[in-house]
Amino acid sequence: MKIGIPKEIYKGETRVAATPEIVERMIKLGYEVSVEKNAGKAAGFSDSDYAQSGAMLVATDEIWNHSDIIAKVRAPETKSELPKLSKNQTLISFIWPAQNKPMLKIAAANGANLLAMDSVPRISRAQKLDVLSSMANIAGYRAVIEASHDFGRFLGGQITAAGKIPPAKVLVIGAGVAGLAAIGAASSMGAIVRAFDTRPEVKEQVESMNAEFLMLEFDEESGSGDGYAKTMSKEFIEAEMALFAEQAKDVDIIITTALIPGRPAPELITKEMVDSMKPGSVIVDMAAEQGGNCAYTTPGKKKTVKGVKIIGYTDLAGRMPGQASQLYGTNIYNLLAEITPEKDGQMVIDMEDEMIRGLTVVNQGKVSWPPPPIKISAAAPVSATAKPVRKPAEDPSKSRPWWTLGGMAAAVMLLFGIGSVAPADFMSHFTVFVLACFVGWQVVWNVTPALHTPLMSVTNAISGIIVIGALLQLDAPSSLAVWLAAFAILIASINIAGGFLVTQRMLKMFQK
Amino acid sequence: MSNGVVNAAYIIAAILFILSLGGLSDQEKARRGNVYGMLGMGIAILATLFGPGVQSYWVLMLMVLIGGSIGANLARKVEMTAMPQLVAMLHSFVGLAAVLIGFSSALSINMGLDPSHALSGTARTIHDVETYLGIIIGAITFTGSLIAYGKLTGKLSSSPLSLPARHWLNAGGAVICVLLAVSFIGESHSLFALTLATLIAFAIGAHLVMSIGGADMPVVISMLNSYSGWAAAATGFMLNNDLLIVTGALVGSSGAILSYIMCRAMNRSFISVILGGFGATSTTLGSVDDTPQGEAIAILADATAQLLSQAKSVVIVPGYGMAVAHAQHPVSSMANKLRDKGIKVRFAIHPVAGRMPGHMNVLLAEAKVPYDIVLEMDEINEDLPDTDVVLVIGANDIVNPAALEVPDSPIAGMPVLEVWNAKHVIVSKRSMATGYAGVENPLFFRDNTRMLFGDAKDSIEAVLSAIG
Repeated sequence: MKIGIPKEIYKGETRVAATPEIVERMIKLGYEVSVEKNAGKAAGFSDSDYAQSGAMLVATDEIWNHSDIIAKVRAPETKSELPKLSKNQTLISFIWPAQNKPMLKIAAANGANLLAMDSVPRISRAQKLDVLSSMANIAGYRAVIEASHDFGRFLGGQITAAGKIPPAKVLVIGAGVAGLAAIGAASSMGAIVRAFDTRPEVKEQVESMNAEFLMLEFDEESGSGDGYAKTMSKEFIEAEMALFAEQAKDVDIIITTALIPGRPAPELITKEMVDSMKPGSVIVDMAAEQGGNCAYTTPGKKKTVKGVKIIGYTDLAGRMPGQASQLYGTNIYNLLAEITPEKDGQMVIDMEDEMIRGLTVVNQGKVSWPPPPIKISAAAPVSATAKPVRKPAEDPSKSRPWWTLGGMAAAVMLLFGIGSVAPADFMSHFTVFVLACFVGWQVVWNVTPALHTPLMSVTNAISGIIVIGALLQLDAPSSLAVWLAAFAILIASINIAGGFLVTQRMLKMFQK
Repeated sequence: MSNGVVNAAYIIAAILFILSLGGLSDQEKARRGNVYGMLGMGIAILATLFGPGVQSYWVLMLMVLIGGSIGANLARKVEMTAMPQLVAMLHSFVGLAAVLIGFSSALSINMGLDPSHALSGTARTIHDVETYLGIIIGAITFTGSLIAYGKLTGKLSSSPLSLPARHWLNAGGAVICVLLAVSFIGESHSLFALTLATLIAFAIGAHLVMSIGGADMPVVISMLNSYSGWAAAATGFMLNNDLLIVTGALVGSSGAILSYIMCRAMNRSFISVILGGFGATSTTLGSVDDTPQGEAIAILADATAQLLSQAKSVVIVPGYGMAVAHAQHPVSSMANKLRDKGIKVRFAIHPVAGRMPGHMNVLLAEAKVPYDIVLEMDEINEDLPDTDVVLVIGANDIVNPAALEVPDSPIAGMPVLEVWNAKHVIVSKRSMATGYAGVENPLFFRDNTRMLFGDAKDSIEAVLSAIG
């Protein structure tokens, strides 16, 4: 089958759905790949790079008319791209099915398949396809870079000959993938980072990145079972807003990433809060595309209100086109690898597979969105633990004292029994025997488990001491007895020499 | 040399033997310990030689020379993967020697030429019991070890043999041995009864080990180790020789402890292991567990290499499969390469990994893996949640989560390496076949598990070259 990579026509879009490296890997899956001329130019990949990777360079129409699979970044343009989609063609790109229902209908009417990269279900197996995460990661990093660019000071504190510079304080709201990436970037630049999230379970992740997790004294379940946040109660929101108002006066940079799937972004930073910030402060509103978390945000624009810069760029990931294309392309490749099980360039859309089911929004002319819900969250499972098993294992040990007592009593009785009939000579040997058992018991427990094999071979060697028994029989009067003894000496000697030497050889190998 | 001096020499030898076992408590002192052992052996033999009652020096010299050179040759040539076989063979020699010495002594008594013949009453009875016990234990050790040797070298099938009514066979044999003992002990002193009893003991020993499967070998080997000690101790009683008694007791208790440790590591009772292995339980419970839990995801060598090189900490779990494939050297080079990249690499050893106690440690030592990065199960289990990648090489049951999670699993309650707590688990394995216990391993179907199919040596070498 043929894969086509068109050039993105959305204004300002810099990314491309496959880098030359990804093209090479797609070809290994058995596909033919054609790339539109100049498709990778904005991301820094030249046509000759693609040609070297084995792609055919073609014109726009060629891509749309002759590809079985089209891999894109942006959702198709309703007027120019969508109508070109023909029967049995498969388009893989961002779709945003919730916002673009008419698009699904048109594609279905054309008999095409739409695979929405933004609808990958949140299950661990699907993480390698999760473009939202990979793009959010880049955007989070870029948000800090943009903020730092517009913030007139260092992020990290310094003590210089010209005086002391305090570190900048950064507040990150929403500790999802983007938030965590922003926290990581800001703290590695030396800023003091605080983070807030409605889901208390992310506290650990935040703290692992050297940021302070701001807590609300509130008991409310906030995960929705699918790994995303949900809308909170009124009381919770009030407490949260009070916290932000207090923080706004203190921090220099606010990065907001709060999104609730399928709804406009919640307004978290009110006009009053912005007004209370120090002049020169920066707000990066990563939720700008969905309306923004800040009251002043204009999507796609940077503006200054009372000395506070508010950045509402919606193309943060696209501002790092090389990186973004590489990660997006890898996600696309991973999807292709999943739907090409034989690696023969033949695509199989398996609607039984919950991952594929989730991202297939139009299948053979039928709208298949929304998918049935999956209730497996990355954070949720609290599986049954070992407790039921451990119990029966402990029970016998409880009754053990009885056994031990009984065993000891029996042993004592036996000892007395033997002592009452056996001659003194035997008892003295027996004493030696019992004491030696105890010495052996004590000594061997101290042997480190790593040396158990040498222990066996050395005990092999010293049990060759049985040679002494044979020696004492060597002068027996019966010649058969002598020959038996002589043979015993022979094999015991094998033991002695073999055991000690192999132990020595093994022990030499143990090195630090 | 008088009896007193000989006894003094025996005391010294006994102390040296104890020191040689004590030396094994850590790797630094172990080599010196082994030298103590050799020294003790030398002193004991010389003392006996120059003591009263030994004259046939030339036979002795000849036998020691032949035996010694055979032993030295074995020790030099044996491959470390074949250690369990060698150990099993050496056990059989001790058993056979005990039988031979016992017969030799019994023959002498019957010809009326042994001073023990003068014994009477209880002393005589005790002496006969000692002779009889020494021979029986020796005989069981001898054939048991031979069968173990055969199973370990692959000359015999390693699957358990289950004859119908096998417990009755063993019990019947034991009863006949006791009956024959009555006719041997006492005035009649029937050598025929003794020979017959020995043959029955041979059969019991062979049958015992035949009915135990391959992965229970650590227990079998330790058990035979223990038996060989008790056989030596019984011989010591028979000959009134304290050094033999002491040494036999040391070896016997050492083997007993090892068996105990191995059984605990499999959460099974010693009795159930020696009376017939998993065979009995897995046939009834195997059917309960036949629902496959999902789909195992394969991974290739280059992706494995990538995952390993990007990790901060890696734990490698070797199993018997690594020994079979002789993969210890590539594994060691891979560990070195990763360590050079600054990655924290450690090895986790389950007590029953391999075919004898400490088997994996010896293989890794042979491949020059530093012993301070080779850790025991209890040392590493709590670190596993913070580990990026766990690489399981040819192990199955010892990393099976069912042991903790499925209460009616045949291996329920067995302590295992909890590798599934790590971020990624890669399992290098030839196929999806079940391990020795015959239990499906849900680990293979976990989200964070990838299967690296193929022969362990080939797979690891491919990973090694991909790490670059």
